[in-house]
Amino acid sequence: MELGTATAFTPWASLFGGMLIGLSAVILMGTLGRIAGISGITSGGLARVLPGLGKGAGAEWSWRLAFIGGLVMAPLLVQLLTGAAIPQDVPENLWAMLAAGLLVGLGTALGSGCTSGHGVCGLARLSPRSLAAVASFMGSAALTVFVLRHLL
Amino acid sequence: MRILIGYIAGQIFGVGLVVSGMSNPAKVLNFLDFFGSWDPSLAFVMGGAMLVSFLGYRVVWRRPAPLYNPRFELPATSRIDARLLTGSALFGLGWGIGGFCPGPAWTALPLLAPGTLVFLPAMLAGLWLGRRPGPSFLQTKGA
Repeated sequence: MELGTATAFTPWASLFGGMLIGLSAVILMGTLGRIAGISGITSGGLARVLPGLGKGAGAEWSWRLAFIGGLVMAPLLVQLLTGAAIPQDVPENLWAMLAAGLLVGLGTALGSGCTSGHGVCGLARLSPRSLAAVASFMGSAALTVFVLRHLL
Repeated sequence: MRILIGYIAGQIFGVGLVVSGMSNPAKVLNFLDFFGSWDPSLAFVMGGAMLVSFLGYRVVWRRPAPLYNPRFELPATSRIDARLLTGSALFGLGWGIGGFCPGPAWTALPLLAPGTLVFLPAMLAGLWLGRRPGPSFLQTKGA
C-alpha cells in the first residue's frame, strides 16, 4: 500500500460541501419523504438493469436512477463552473480496489446503509441503530487504515 | 417531477461531495489516519451535513406529509443486530482500503481513474451479493 501523502486541511470548503449534502437530504425528505442513502439509492436505481439488486420497490427506481445521474454529473458541473481540475488521488492497486469495492457493496447491503444513510440521515434522525452502524464502520475503517499504513 | 427532484437532489449532493473533498480518496484515507497524515476536514463535512439535515428534517416534518409522496418513508427497523454490525464493519474495512464509500465512488466515475473503474463494478457485485440469502446469523427476521 502506498503511504499517505498529506492533503490540505480545508475546513470552510468542507463545511460548505457538507451543508450542500445536508440540503440535498432535506430536499429529498421534504419532497419524496425519503432518506438520502446512496447505497440504497444505488441498489434501487439499478434494480431495473441488474435484477436482484433492488428491494423490489417497483415504481421507485426512476428517481433513484436520476439521483445517481446527478451524482455522476456533479464533478463535470463543478469543473465547468470553477474551470479548475478536481483534485483526486485514487489508490492504484487494482486488486485492493476490487476487494474494497466488494466489501463496500456487501457491507452496506448487509448493514442497510453507508456514510450517507446511517452517517448523515440516521444521525440527524437520532437513530440508535444508525449510531451503532456509524461506530462500527468508522472504527473498522480507522483500524484498517492504521494496520495498512502503520503495521504492514 | 419525481425524476427531476431525484436528479436535482443528486446533483446538489454530488457537488457537496466534490466541493467538500469527500470525493477524493486521499483525503478520506487521511481523515481515517489519526496516527499519521491526519486531515480533519471530513469532520467538517459530517458536521455541516448533520447540522443542516438535523434542523431541516425538523422543519419539513412539521408538515403532515412530504410534497410529492403520501407519507414520510422512514426506516421501520430499530434493531441493532449482528447483521447491522457485521455489515457495517465489512463496509468500514472496504472504505479503509479504497477510500471510497458509495457516493464518492459515483462522483469519481467521470474522472475515469483506473481504481474507480475497478471499484464501482465490484461495489455493485457486492451489493448484489449482500441481497442473496446468506448465513442464518446474518438474517434479519421480518425486515
